Amino acid sequence: MDSEVALLTIFVLAAFTGYEVVSKVSSTLHTPLMSGANAIHGIILVGAVLVTGHADGGLELAIGVVATVLATLNLVGGFVVTDRMLEMFRGKKSTGGGA
Amino acid sequence: MIDTWAQLAYLAAAVCFVLALKGLSSPKTARTGNLLGAAAALGAMIVTFIAYELDNLPWIIGAIVVGCAIGIPAARRVAMTAMPQLVALFNGVGGGAAALVASLELSGAETVFPLAAAVLTVPVGSIAFSGSVVTFLKLQELITTRPVTPPAGPTLFGASLVAALVLAVFLYAGDGESAWLAAVLGLVALIVGVLLVLPVGGADVPIVISLLNAATGIAVAAGGYVLGNALLLIGGTLVGASGTILTRLMAQAMGRSISSILFGAFRGGSTAGGGAVSERPVRSAGADDVAIMLNYAQKVMIVPGYGLAVAQAQHTIHELAELLEGRGIEVSYAIHPVAGRMPGHMNVLLAEANVPYEQLLEMDTANGQLRNTDVALVVGANDVVNPAARDSPGSPIYGMPILDVDQAQAVVFLKRSMRPGFAGIENELLYNPRTTLFFGDAKDSLTGLVTAVKAL
Repeated sequence: MDSEVALLTIFVLAAFTGYEVVSKVSSTLHTPLMSGANAIHGIILVGAVLVTGHADGGLELAIGVVATVLATLNLVGGFVVTDRMLEMFRGKKSTGGGA
Repeated sequence: MIDTWAQLAYLAAAVCFVLALKGLSSPKTARTGNLLGAAAALGAMIVTFIAYELDNLPWIIGAIVVGCAIGIPAARRVAMTAMPQLVALFNGVGGGAAALVASLELSGAETVFPLAAAVLTVPVGSIAFSGSVVTFLKLQELITTRPVTPPAGPTLFGASLVAALVLAVFLYAGDGESAWLAAVLGLVALIVGVLLVLPVGGADVPIVISLLNAATGIAVAAGGYVLGNALLLIGGTLVGASGTILTRLMAQAMGRSISSILFGAFRGGSTAGGGAVSERPVRSAGADDVAIMLNYAQKVMIVPGYGLAVAQAQHTIHELAELLEGRGIEVSYAIHPVAGRMPGHMNVLLAEANVPYEQLLEMDTANGQLRNTDVALVVGANDVVNPAARDSPGSPIYGMPILDVDQAQAVVFLKRSMRPGFAGIENELLYNPRTTLFFGDAKDSLTGLVTAVKAL
């Protein structure tokens, strides 16, 4: 029970942290921020790998493998597409500095 | 329980996620923030492979390779205009993964909290998955962008929601042992997700993406709770909390409440305009006429919309703007918070075309200046300048803040046709005597304008 309460504590504290971290963001960055957050929850890949690694039988393995593919898409695709978006902003900054 | 060093490594990765989100909140640090998040995720994966004794390794590695082989090219090649639906899809598959992970952990979860978390994750992840797929189909325009309200929509939605709750209670009461109960719960939740998003009107879809993003975050956090994995718990919770805030910020930027977005079409019964093209007269003109208007203006405000992006005309509009500036005309861009298909999407697209940051005006600033503007050049935008949002309480977009281009001395619309915008609502402004319409593909029209202005 102790470790469960510890996890619950982590959950509550993380919720406040998430709330505080993004409370003041200009609308310019809403899209990259959403996309970056989207990539972060792709960390479910760790969970997908763990359940696949402990799967017994064909059905469990199949479910685990599907979950791993989906989670990889989320994690890897999410970070790559966010980086591409932000690349555009960098291009803008150099022009702005020259003007 | 895994080794202490691995737990500490997970903690370090979790801290990096917090810093990544923090970095993404400011333009200067955004890219570093994202890379930091990616590095933390990679590190956490390596730790996972070392710290746990995993069976089925070939399967796991094969699955990751397949995921990368699909995900990386998709993310690299997607046109910036189609990026919102890709983000929606990535979000959805994450939710699906969380639901599947939880379904495998159901029978192993013994005590109260983990079991409840596992039972919760299955439906929340499934809703995020099917809901995101519907938003993808809407944004890709594979299905209609208008609100879809099946005849028995509200009843069906209510019934499926109740069914999901009942199934969840039974699953919990049975200690999560029943595999078929979990499968049925997942299926019913998929239906809930579809029914939840179908009635949402096109212009509100971005907010729903953000909401589903938060839902996936919560599903991942609950999954982490079940597995007793602090990294998943923290990562998922961060996204759940920040996604909720982000959803509220976006809804505020559009002057909408989240419940009116989700349930407005059910409740209001407004048909979101007939979509019929009216036969009333409009004033249309060609490139030469518009070029003269622009050339003799002192202040021009460009209002870019999704049509500009679709036509890939962001570079041409920049060329036109530079040409006009060269003649001493003041040019700026008025950016509506939801121009494009996502909040901030237009800023990304114009940045791609090297438009100087100082020329991009946020909505309030732009509205302050539109009164002194000679020509407002609306390129491929419609809903965000529709005065119905301000003046007609019956309209589905009523209350959405708009750019008051009707305050400018003259308005020029570059449009493909008289068809209404994404929200499917007719725009009165098109029939205003001060409005001129210039029909055609945005890129062709702008190229024509550049040539015509040069010739003057």
